[in-house]
Amino acid sequence: MIFELPKLPYAYDALEPMISKRTLEFHHDKHHAAYVNNLNNLIKGTIFEKADLETIIKESEGGIFNNGAQVWNHTFYFEQFGKDKFDLLKNGAFSDAIYRDYGSLDIFKDKFSTAAKSLFGSGWTWLVKKPNGALEIIQTSNAANPLRDGLKPILTCDVWEHAYYIDYQNRRPDYIESFWKLIDWNIIAARY
Amino acid sequence: MTFELPKLDYAYDALEPYIDARTMEIHYTKHHAAYTNNLNNAIKGTELETKSIDEILKNISKQTMVIRNNGGGFYNHNLFWDIMSPKGGGEPKGDLLQAIQRDFGSFEKLKELFNAAATTRFGSGWAWLINQNGKLIVNSTPNQDNPLMDIAEIKGIPILALDVWEHAYYLKYQNRRIEYIDAFWNVVNWEKVAKRFL
Ligand SMILES: [Fe+2]
Ligand SMILES: [Fe+2]
Repeated sequence: MIFELPKLPYAYDALEPMISKRTLEFHHDKHHAAYVNNLNNLIKGTIFEKADLETIIKESEGGIFNNGAQVWNHTFYFEQFGKDKFDLLKNGAFSDAIYRDYGSLDIFKDKFSTAAKSLFGSGWTWLVKKPNGALEIIQTSNAANPLRDGLKPILTCDVWEHAYYIDYQNRRPDYIESFWKLIDWNIIAARY
Repeated sequence: MTFELPKLDYAYDALEPYIDARTMEIHYTKHHAAYTNNLNNAIKGTELETKSIDEILKNISKQTMVIRNNGGGFYNHNLFWDIMSPKGGGEPKGDLLQAIQRDFGSFEKLKELFNAAATTRFGSGWAWLINQNGKLIVNSTPNQDNPLMDIAEIKGIPILALDVWEHAYYLKYQNRRIEYIDAFWNVVNWEKVAKRFL
């Protein structure tokens, strides 16, 4: 199928000052768009020409996998930002799972932040749901995506330098701290 | 030994307009300095304190990922700063040029291969020109790995290096890595590269 770049679900300046308009313009209009274009070009004439994105992520290799997974990862990343407060979720299944597996939201956030800070090179930090329902924090390199390992992604942080270099340069920890201020927990809970 | 961040032979703005002063300063005082500090902290009190960086890298399979990442980061940036100059650019000469013509056909062909290696390295990494027992080879490695490491797929002595981590070009070129790669040829110090080839 021919993939299309999803529109950003908010204005380019909606995440200021945590993530700048300029970063979002490059991140969405250039990086995300390039992955979509590359993917469409690469699948032409291959067995993946008619495949959906999840199939591509689970079964392809090399350039098709890299671009396909990056299309999925960025859509998932951009969709999770908003201004909601976790407090609103007190009685939900996701909130229960966070308390059950981490003790508190702050402990979870600390552990996730540590993983995101320590990932070396380009990649993504994920909160995933395992087949048995348990939550787990994992790191993946470059384009790698947890779907391939049978895990359900719930939350992700892009730690490729392009996600934060214009706003934070080498200060990845500052970017991660800002990242938390932007999470729409309703969306995260719905994914769970 | 304690590894030291080497002095730069030129000012932060010396490689303008190809590499901007702000990138140079952050790259050197933050990224390279962090690799150097992290490496020193990781080897403190271990037998590695008496080893050279080359020796450490040649046996990197026996070390932790922290030493591999930061030892590589320390060495790679040392090399990168050293083979650039505000008076760089132009073409290689002498024995190096002959070896390039012998192994690639022409200097233009080497540039093509090197550009392709630098462009297609997905994620963070480095593009290299390597001397492998007298034969020149172009390739790339992920993250801070390099061809000296015993874990490298293609081993040899690196004589030319290009950093293609996004931090190396994002402030000036953003997603346009290809423009950064093109600009790099204007600051290559071929005399230094030739010396490393000897
Ligand atoms: Fe990204
Ligand atoms: Fe670098």
